[in-house]
Amino acid sequence: MTVIRLSGVNKTFGSGRGAVTALRDLELEVAAGEFVCLIGASGCGKSTILNLVAGLDDPSTGTIEVDGRTALMFQEAALFPWLTVAANVELPMRLAGVPKAERRARTEQLLGAVHLDGFARKRPHQLSGGMRQRGALARAFAQDAEILLMDEPFGALDAMTRDVLHTELEDLVRQRGLTVVFVTHNVREAARLGDRIIVLSPRPGRVTATFDVEITRPRRIDSPEVSSLAATVTEQLREEALAHARR
Amino acid sequence: MLVVEPGAPETPAVEPGLLDDSAAVPEAARGRRGAGLGRRIWFATWPKVAAIAIGLFLWQLVVWSGWKPEYVLPGPAKVFAELGDLIADGTVGEAISITMRRAAVGFALALAVGIVVGSIVASSKIVRSAVGSLITGIQTMPSIVWFPLAILLFQISEQAIMFVVALGAAPSIANGLITGVDHVNPLLLRAGRAMGARGFTAYRHVVLPASLPSFVGGLKQGWAFAWRSLMAGELLVIIAGEPSVGSLLQNYRNLNNAAGLMAMMIVILFIGIVVDTLCFGTLDRWVRRRYGLLGD
Repeated sequence: MTVIRLSGVNKTFGSGRGAVTALRDLELEVAAGEFVCLIGASGCGKSTILNLVAGLDDPSTGTIEVDGRTALMFQEAALFPWLTVAANVELPMRLAGVPKAERRARTEQLLGAVHLDGFARKRPHQLSGGMRQRGALARAFAQDAEILLMDEPFGALDAMTRDVLHTELEDLVRQRGLTVVFVTHNVREAARLGDRIIVLSPRPGRVTATFDVEITRPRRIDSPEVSSLAATVTEQLREEALAHARR
Repeated sequence: MLVVEPGAPETPAVEPGLLDDSAAVPEAARGRRGAGLGRRIWFATWPKVAAIAIGLFLWQLVVWSGWKPEYVLPGPAKVFAELGDLIADGTVGEAISITMRRAAVGFALALAVGIVVGSIVASSKIVRSAVGSLITGIQTMPSIVWFPLAILLFQISEQAIMFVVALGAAPSIANGLITGVDHVNPLLLRAGRAMGARGFTAYRHVVLPASLPSFVGGLKQGWAFAWRSLMAGELLVIIAGEPSVGSLLQNYRNLNNAAGLMAMMIVILFIGIVVDTLCFGTLDRWVRRRYGLLGD
């Protein structure tokens, strides 16, 4: 079953001579429960796609169908600094009108799921980058979304922390049966996590290649299979970049 | 300006990395803090004490030099003796209570006006282009130039003083709010929108809390303006039967009581420092610490 369908999507920012075409004739389908990684050089409109799917922005032309609630995560955790970690996780439920007792119970359970129990009363600035992203993940889960949109969520973290979070994310996504669209520019990360890797060309963003990842899980980011796929995808990206540079 | 004093109480930062390690960190930090309390108070205090001592000594030097006769420029000993007398006979207490009541009412008025004007300007582009720069313009006007008009409008009265105090402080408060709303991190707004906070809900849950540090900065600056306006007002608008700090100052000048005059100046300086550092400084630091803006 398809939960996200973008057909003939164009997105242009600005108008007249300063107009920038971010996406051109984009066709994209994501099935329920699928983990899709979008990869491409910066400026290929990856974040724009997530904004469109999240409903934060409208396409210039084309249609976008999204079946299910979405939650969005960024490279920065974007936790609210004036709230404790627990209050941050609770906020989406408050906005949705969930009763207090239920909110409390679910917050505790969610913080446990992302291994932040004991940090509920800390403020975001008191946590490390990796812990903040765990908090952001718990907040995303608190939105009761079926679709998780992630915009380079681990891009600012060190390799060790990222590795741990990959495993945790994989487990949590499987447990909850979520559909994930994961934007990254890290090829290995895409090969480590994705069921499918979609390569986008820069300016304007179009789908230029799709790789189905057949590697069995659990995967390791340093395994030969992941490395070999990453090399193939990197080669594709290199050709893209060269073609773009010659244009 | 914000300065983090070395050795100021710190919230123990959580070490990145393993969870088990980080639990041990606050423990160690707590031990260090307890032992250093006396030392910290000493290090925070002695430079101030030394500065005051040097200031008093320089003052005394000028008096000793015989530049002006002592009935015009009395030395610290005479002034502090006079101050002691004025405190003992209740003059200072009464004056402070009158002045601080005015300050409180005037500041509250400024707060109401500042918040209303600030939120309207922050939320409407048209209003902003119309009066945005006017607010800053009024802020730069020396408040004393409002007094002739205030006296025409309200005669020699409490209202005349309040009018100018409110006018002095309100622009800073409004500007603090406007700047805060303008500089909300767009990422936080996006995060809020993505979880369904739009319109008023976004204002209530994202924009207002995010602009709090800037708003508090505006309050602090507003207080400084209010206090100056109030002192100018009390010197100009002297109401019979209301011996405020400013009117006493003016009174002692008329009576050629230099020691009393300087004693009142010390009172004014003292109130300014106390309110600024203790009230607004503490509030400011508390907010910044909560928001993680102190870099600890």
